[in-house]
Amino acid sequence: MSMNSVGRPTRPEAAAPAQAAGVPATLSGGRGLLQDEALIFELGGWEKTGVDLPNVDPDGLDLGDLVRTAPIGLPGLSEPEAMRHYVRLSQKNHAIDLALYPLGSCTMKHNPRLNEKMARLPGFSDIHPLQPQSTVQGALALMDRLAHWLKTLTGMPAVALSPKAGAHGELCGLLAIRAAHEAKGDARKRVLVPTSAHGTNPATAAFVGYAVEEIAQTEDGRVDLADLEAKLGPDVAAIMVTNPNTCGLFERDIVEIARLTHAAGAYFYCDGANFNAIVGRVRPADLGVDAMHINLHKTFSTPHGGGGPGAGPVVLSDALAPYAPTPWIVHGEDGFALVEAPEGPAERAFGRMSAFHGQMGMYVRALAYMMSHGADGLRQAAEDAVLNANYIKARLQDVMTPAFPEGPCMHEALFDDAWLDGTGVTTLDFAKAMIDEGFHPMTMYFPLVVHGAMLIEPTETEPKHELDRFCDTLRLLAEAAKAGDAERFKGAPFHAPLRRLDETLAARKPKLRWRPEAALAQAAE
Amino acid sequence: MRYLPLTPADRAEMLGVVGVSSVDDLFRDVPQTARRDGTVDLPNHLGELEVEQELRALAGRNRAAGDGLFFCGAGAYRHHVPATVDHIIQRSEFLTSYTPYQPEIAQGTLQYLYEFQTQVAALTGMDVANASMYDGSTAAGEAVMMAHRVTKRPKAVLSGGLHPHYAETIKTLAHVAGVDIVRQPAAIDGEAAVVDALDADVACVVVQTPNVFGTATDVAKIAAAAQAAGALLIVVTTEVVSLGLLKSPGEMGADIVVAEGQSIGNGLNFGGPYVGLFAAREKFLRQMPGRLTGETVDADGRRGFVLTLSTREQHIRRDKATSNICTNSGLCALAFTIHMSLLGEAGLRKLAALNHQKARALRAELAAVPGVEVLTPRFFNEFAIRLPADAAEVVETLAGNGVLAGVPYSRLDPAAGLDDVLLVAATEMTPDNDIRFLPRALARVLGAKEQG
Repeated sequence: MSMNSVGRPTRPEAAAPAQAAGVPATLSGGRGLLQDEALIFELGGWEKTGVDLPNVDPDGLDLGDLVRTAPIGLPGLSEPEAMRHYVRLSQKNHAIDLALYPLGSCTMKHNPRLNEKMARLPGFSDIHPLQPQSTVQGALALMDRLAHWLKTLTGMPAVALSPKAGAHGELCGLLAIRAAHEAKGDARKRVLVPTSAHGTNPATAAFVGYAVEEIAQTEDGRVDLADLEAKLGPDVAAIMVTNPNTCGLFERDIVEIARLTHAAGAYFYCDGANFNAIVGRVRPADLGVDAMHINLHKTFSTPHGGGGPGAGPVVLSDALAPYAPTPWIVHGEDGFALVEAPEGPAERAFGRMSAFHGQMGMYVRALAYMMSHGADGLRQAAEDAVLNANYIKARLQDVMTPAFPEGPCMHEALFDDAWLDGTGVTTLDFAKAMIDEGFHPMTMYFPLVVHGAMLIEPTETEPKHELDRFCDTLRLLAEAAKAGDAERFKGAPFHAPLRRLDETLAARKPKLRWRPEAALAQAAE
Repeated sequence: MRYLPLTPADRAEMLGVVGVSSVDDLFRDVPQTARRDGTVDLPNHLGELEVEQELRALAGRNRAAGDGLFFCGAGAYRHHVPATVDHIIQRSEFLTSYTPYQPEIAQGTLQYLYEFQTQVAALTGMDVANASMYDGSTAAGEAVMMAHRVTKRPKAVLSGGLHPHYAETIKTLAHVAGVDIVRQPAAIDGEAAVVDALDADVACVVVQTPNVFGTATDVAKIAAAAQAAGALLIVVTTEVVSLGLLKSPGEMGADIVVAEGQSIGNGLNFGGPYVGLFAAREKFLRQMPGRLTGETVDADGRRGFVLTLSTREQHIRRDKATSNICTNSGLCALAFTIHMSLLGEAGLRKLAALNHQKARALRAELAAVPGVEVLTPRFFNEFAIRLPADAAEVVETLAGNGVLAGVPYSRLDPAAGLDDVLLVAATEMTPDNDIRFLPRALARVLGAKEQG
């Protein structure tokens, strides 16, 4: 069997045909609303366009031999063809608007359409990042207000808004940490990361030039204090700890972790991916955090959009605030102003994370969400998220095996695959069978510290009847697996737009773009 | 609260199933010192109408591009986006889906990403493209890091025409990787000068075309010189519409091409979210950052698409990954793909020619203003002019008169000593009347300054 390095199979085994006995196959190969959809390169025409533009004087070019003469290779579609193509494609996607999307660590919650409407107001969407600041006072005021909410919710004194996603926020935090050490003439070499961490943590630390060392985990799924203490030393720049952690548990010793870290002269970077569990109830500042990114696309409900865009503002302690990247907002006599250039108070800034000022479109959506919830609603949201996860854990713990059965979980419930022993069914098989039942699978094989991990994060926006339907279905599936109905799992999904895909083939012979038949034939020769 | 479906009765029943008496019991692992009884010091919840009223008031304090005359560019361009684009990207199945980790129920996302990769590769003239980066500037930073990995050399040379924000973004990353950045002084038409800085330590040269002053450059000679010196040529484009008219960087010998894709399908949005394009030669494939979508088959032999070559990525490779990027710009990439599909080759070429023509008309008008000097020799839809006054002051004065006249270069790079340089852009959105009006408004302001 082909597997990737986290133990997940990547190639379908010989599977039973999807066609149910006695049901005639369609003649076209399609199934009702589920039709194969060609690529635009197979549908479109080189002369065709879906945009009417005025004719241009062909002699009006003044670019000499810089002008492109060879064909580009971009097909065009008329407007009805484009609409139909992309609407058909959309129907092959699962979405939070369709059903539970319990991806642990991803916080797939309802995305209010008010936020979309607000982000599209021309006063936010049709303003240029380099207009005179006197003409964008409302935008700067909005950014300042968002900063105020983030600082108040975390109890932290400063925030860098510009990072564009969680990993970009991690980068920002570690760059500030590195700058702070460099300012003291104290070049440090290592960053400590728990074994259960998101992959972005070690990747970011390495990107910033640090050697990464893992901290062991205790049997109850938390940072091993003794191991941390042993590994802390004068060359440790920072620790990166997710809290609540990726096992869905609150780090009980978090205050002690921070104390030990600071005593060693290191900084405490907190991965804020799971902030949704504690927002409005616990302030990271009270835990001793020096820097933490906040995924606006998780906790504050800006839509994930099939993988982005997100936003990852980073709150900073007093020790790190002077090194925050440009730009930031100040409030003076003439209103709000952006500090963009590294002079005066900005001289200690470590630099710029990206062009312009960050993800304005995401700021508007996140602030609309925060104002809708308010201080009371955000606290209730965190409580409901935690209650929903504990409810799922309680309802499934007799048929599946919780990885950490003792005590409550936070906003996500983690199971291992011990309960599948002897059934011939893997975590992947179980996940694919969930697809047939109409649910998106949970996060699989993560965190790496739990064998065959299944990490379920329902979020607060699921009603009880949907949680019950989910738990009822998983119980039925668990019973079927234990009853020896392995076929249902090994060949799954049977009812999705496609059956299981061959990832091994995709990686072995990468086909990363469409090419015309002629070019393919030529390449094969 | 309208986003929370649980009722008090639900909560009570669920707490019973969990076996605790109150929700506080579920937070018992939180240290006593960090528990908070009341709410934080922020306003309580608001109805939809109240939120809308407050945010509309803030939006109303901004001068939108469409409210008057508008000539700003410098890395963000105002183009017309067909209504179809915004309709499709707001479909629930695209808007509210996650990264396509379960390909059987994410073919919609995976197929459009495959189309996006193909479009980007074709447009840039490169072999392969990834499924998007955050924006053009961060893509440029990643490109320099990639060149450093490929060549194992310690230096990067940035041309004086590279957008200063891009140069600063690259510097931020390069500093911690120990890559020495040689940034050449700002120059209107100085891309070729990077060749003078080539030596055995140079991993890459980074040139922009059209550059921040609007100058379009044939980079073929730079490519040849870089290749001879064992360095990679990274070409940056901040206005992708230009590629409908200009030779592609791939055609001219680029090794890596990064671009800001905002111009196609995406609005100005005060600077974000945008979409970074990243394309490279096939031989560098395994050193590329970011997600890649590839074609494969399902268990029944039907064509399908999956995320692939993920052994480069952080969730598998952790501290050995080619980049730490995870979330990208998926939905902005979808907007790009839909808009590009609607344009097609014919539409893109026409759009590009129209932009160029508008800018040429604007150039002719501005060149006639006394004291104004056009600095950019060959341009696409944006060029630099020298004013007989401080450009930022002139822009501020004109803004007070309802004219957003462009971007003063000093806004991007205050230390360059180019305080009298103004960058002006025209697109298909710029009415001919506005092109005729700007020189008059500018002349009036300059005249008043001279007298004052």
